[in-house]
Amino acid sequence: MTALAPETRPAPPAEEGPTLLDALEAEAIHIIREVVAELERPVMLFSGGKDSVVMLHLAAKALWPAPVPFPVMHVDTGHNFPEVLEFRDRTVERHGLDLVVASVEEYLADGRLQERPDGTRNPLQTMPLLDAIEEHRFDAVFGGGRRDEDKARAKERVFSLRNAFGQWDPKNQRPELWHLYNTRHRAGENLRVFPLSNWTELDVWRYIAREGIELPSLYYAHERPVFERDGMWLSPGEWGALREGEVPETRLVRYRTVGDMSCTGAVLSEAHSAEDVVAEVAATTVTERGATRADDRLSEAAMEDRKKEGYF
Amino acid sequence: MSTLDTTPEPTMTTDAGLPELADITALTEGSPTLLRLATAGGVDDGKSTLIGRLLHDTKSVLADQLAAVEAASKQRGWKGELADLALLTDGLRAEREQGITIDVAYRYFATADRSYVLADTPGHVQYTRNTVTGASTADVVVVLVDARNGVVEQTRRHLAVMSLLRVPHLVVALNKIDLVEDPEKVYTDVRAEIGTIAGALGLRDVHVVPLSALNGDNVVEPSGDTPWYAGPTLLQLLETLPPGQDLRSGPFRMPVQLVIRPQQGAVDPAQVDYRGYAGLITSGEISVGDEVQVSPSGRTTTVEGIDRADRSVQTAEAGLSVTLRLADELDVSRGDLLCAAPGPEPTDRSSAVLCWLAEMPLRPGARVLLKHGTRTVQARIGEIHEKLDIASLERVPAETGELNDLVRVDLLLSQALPLEDYEATREGGSFILVDPQDATTLAAGMVGARLRA
Repeated sequence: MTALAPETRPAPPAEEGPTLLDALEAEAIHIIREVVAELERPVMLFSGGKDSVVMLHLAAKALWPAPVPFPVMHVDTGHNFPEVLEFRDRTVERHGLDLVVASVEEYLADGRLQERPDGTRNPLQTMPLLDAIEEHRFDAVFGGGRRDEDKARAKERVFSLRNAFGQWDPKNQRPELWHLYNTRHRAGENLRVFPLSNWTELDVWRYIAREGIELPSLYYAHERPVFERDGMWLSPGEWGALREGEVPETRLVRYRTVGDMSCTGAVLSEAHSAEDVVAEVAATTVTERGATRADDRLSEAAMEDRKKEGYF
Repeated sequence: MSTLDTTPEPTMTTDAGLPELADITALTEGSPTLLRLATAGGVDDGKSTLIGRLLHDTKSVLADQLAAVEAASKQRGWKGELADLALLTDGLRAEREQGITIDVAYRYFATADRSYVLADTPGHVQYTRNTVTGASTADVVVVLVDARNGVVEQTRRHLAVMSLLRVPHLVVALNKIDLVEDPEKVYTDVRAEIGTIAGALGLRDVHVVPLSALNGDNVVEPSGDTPWYAGPTLLQLLETLPPGQDLRSGPFRMPVQLVIRPQQGAVDPAQVDYRGYAGLITSGEISVGDEVQVSPSGRTTTVEGIDRADRSVQTAEAGLSVTLRLADELDVSRGDLLCAAPGPEPTDRSSAVLCWLAEMPLRPGARVLLKHGTRTVQARIGEIHEKLDIASLERVPAETGELNDLVRVDLLLSQALPLEDYEATREGGSFILVDPQDATTLAAGMVGARLRA
């Protein structure tokens, strides 16, 4: 009957048990193994961005020494950084994986999609993604999304059911209990699975540093001609032409996220290694999406709206 | 429309004003731990404000998030000094419009020693299913109590649910302590009352912290206004509670997720003959040379190797995902349990408490799927005994169950499973029920549990 603890200040605990990174790694590996065991046609989204690179690294660890038994998929906006595409292809080859590319360009070329007035192609990824899932009859799609990225993502389950239209219904999510994931679904439905749900940007970088994971070089400080727009440093390209008054200048920058070049900004940085980035991220005052994703700044519910339509 | 336009220039320069708590660069050197935390309480208890305060005062809210919240606060006519910190946690459009929390939201904050995963669960009675979701994996649950009202029915309900779920540590956050006339008396009275309830419910470790989320008193920083309170602030307390202790101290258990047998496909040509059993250690620890039993077959063998991918280790403990190599070639497959001998006796019938999660009512005789560990079997609901009336907190006889009911039932299984008592082990005694037709998650189940209030 002495359930009530004394009011005195408790002594600091003798720390034992798994460390933070070991606990996060164990959780992600457990999730990946459940999918491999219980679903028939999983696929992993892989863009060459740091979260997807970490996720693929975890998949390789989860199944070692067996190979990763599922293909990877990239929804290519046609606005990707060339060094990221080169990295993507090299990594896929090293793991001996099949790569499915869902191309936004093809949809624009034949008129199924139309270019947006602001030139951003991130919202255009949803239709090619949903079509590819249907065409290949994928029943589980691993995504590198993290709950700390956005307030709508903060509400999403690790195993997130999508209906036959690929839509997310945030008000009607399955309860997720203990380590017991319900992977069952009806024909036509699929599961989006997020093994990095509980990782923060800092955790991802600490893990990259600990495991010595290779990333595309533009995640580290490099000199690049950039121009400033809406408080972000953008890279001039054949798309997103300079507007009046915008002058490119060479700055030492790195990217915190790599996506559609037309709306992904760089940050001024002197971080040359994963350890440098850990220090930088730990001290930052702005979130990675706030700093670098123009499309997420559109409104309070930009991400929620895209997710409901079937986005990652 | 563009409420985020106040975003400051995104350079990565360090803000000179960042206080000690944000000094988490040291984390690359040390070994921080992970604490899973859940909160329970209503909007009126100031739960969202408390979480906002924890995030804000541990410097886990970045400038662009704060700017967005400040803009949104202004738009909604907030008059306070700081922004309405509650807006930091309400993620969905409908929640912001209605000023309510609909679903579990996950938040992240960190100190130099610990990283926290916070599951923010709605407080309303009708959302018991979300409270159960948030609390099922929590090391610690913080229950909000408004000092002006003291312990109310909702507090008792939350404590009853937490007791049923066997949450290892409970913290009662006695909020709005600045708004009562005699705070010391309120604290002493609430502490005594909570002590009585905790004793009756069989709760194991309960703390009471008097605080003001709005002013930040005793949340992260100690308050100058509570000289009669000698205990820690909420964060100081969270920093010292040991995560996963109950799991590590139990006997070894590892449900097998996969048999890894790459043959010619091995990524390392030296491993073509590799055969290992992959899983998450849910209880205890295991070392090379230890004897293990396979359940349900009952055969035993010894552990020849423990692999964490291409790195072999001598010992591994609860909370780690590993692959075990065994000395003998036994018939082991997904769904089997590797455990310290003697393992739990497999059984094909059980009594359990269900938290019913579905719109469709629970009826005796219903055919369901039951997932325990890594095995899913067919099952039937037997007799329904009683339920906990969550409004009156009384046990009443029952023949059916509705959404959010806590019901004690008998279960019949098509295959014997190594079910354990939930009160002894959260991992070994938990299961979910799934609808075989539409794949809905029907219930959270706790083997052998009793209803107490």
